[in-house]
Amino acid sequence: MMAGVIFVFSAAALLQFFISYCRSLIAASSKQVLSAEVKDVTGIQRFASGDDFKRVMQLLQLCPERPEDRNSVQAIDAYFSLLNFLRSTVARIFPSMHAWTESERGQCAYFAAVALERRISFSRDMLAQQMDA
Amino acid sequence: MLGPVDYLLWFLTALLEVSVAVCSLKRHTFRRYLALNVYMLGSFVVTILRYWVFSHYGFTSAQYLYFYFYSDALLTVGLYFALITLYSFVLSELDTGRYVRLAAIVLLAGTAFFSYQVIQQSSDRMLTRFVVELSQNLYFVGLVLTYLLWGAILKLRETRAQLIQLVLSLGLYFSAFAATYALRNLYPGLHVVWGHLPQLIALSLPLAWAYTIWRVPAEARLAPSRLVVVPR
Repeated sequence: MMAGVIFVFSAAALLQFFISYCRSLIAASSKQVLSAEVKDVTGIQRFASGDDFKRVMQLLQLCPERPEDRNSVQAIDAYFSLLNFLRSTVARIFPSMHAWTESERGQCAYFAAVALERRISFSRDMLAQQMDA
Repeated sequence: MLGPVDYLLWFLTALLEVSVAVCSLKRHTFRRYLALNVYMLGSFVVTILRYWVFSHYGFTSAQYLYFYFYSDALLTVGLYFALITLYSFVLSELDTGRYVRLAAIVLLAGTAFFSYQVIQQSSDRMLTRFVVELSQNLYFVGLVLTYLLWGAILKLRETRAQLIQLVLSLGLYFSAFAATYALRNLYPGLHVVWGHLPQLIALSLPLAWAYTIWRVPAEARLAPSRLVVVPR
């Protein structure tokens, strides 16, 4: 009985901490303005839509990985999957949840676009270093 | 018998633990987060010592098991005090440092007393049972305290992004471990709970802390009201 209560409380806290942690990662990148080049490649102008996420992630996988952003990208990928799950289950019952999941999915896509921008600039730096050598 | 994945996770854990301290030194935040860094360096030493005990006596030896559980209890107490220093950061303007420390010691003593009450009926290996019970209970107490700290961050409108991410990753770590221990008590035969999952959870804390210290500038600010699920 006690273990069950602890499990439910811990799982609820885990979910809440996970969502807040992912939102803190997203918030850190939301102020960054995308370059014209990344806007062209991703098709994202000022605001991103959740439907852009998959495409931007595919572009992201084409670029060499930056070790420092690998884990945050994975966390946001997991968060996006959680949002998709909520969208197809709970949001069907509570329509107000639908708008929230859509907005969050869009912010995940923007985060991925910012990560893409960083990876492109990282690749350019690597290439420049190789050319210099 | 350990497989290559276990060795890899072991190696990664040690690497990430030491990388937290290295990142702190590089970013000049070692003294600011002294307790967190001391905890991570302590974890690193314990990880190395565990490997030494394992390689000399074997994974299923009594020596390894004793060393594992006793060192785990010590590390959990260390992390508990590291969490208390985060309280001091958040509540620094309220000048409540003395009360926080006093409350922390009383709560730790209370948890130890509760753990003793639980194992009191055991006739053999009482001390070992006590340290295992204390570890498990401290994970849950740590989770509750981190949850309260997160509430204080929201209430006091704390905006330091680095501090917020350190607290949130600690919350993830404590809640994942507390859920794992509870699941283990509910379903003792569930092997996935005692497979690689605890190792992966153990990896997550140094990984998140190293990332935060390395990537998030000390002066970065966040509006914590934007991070909660229900907008405030």
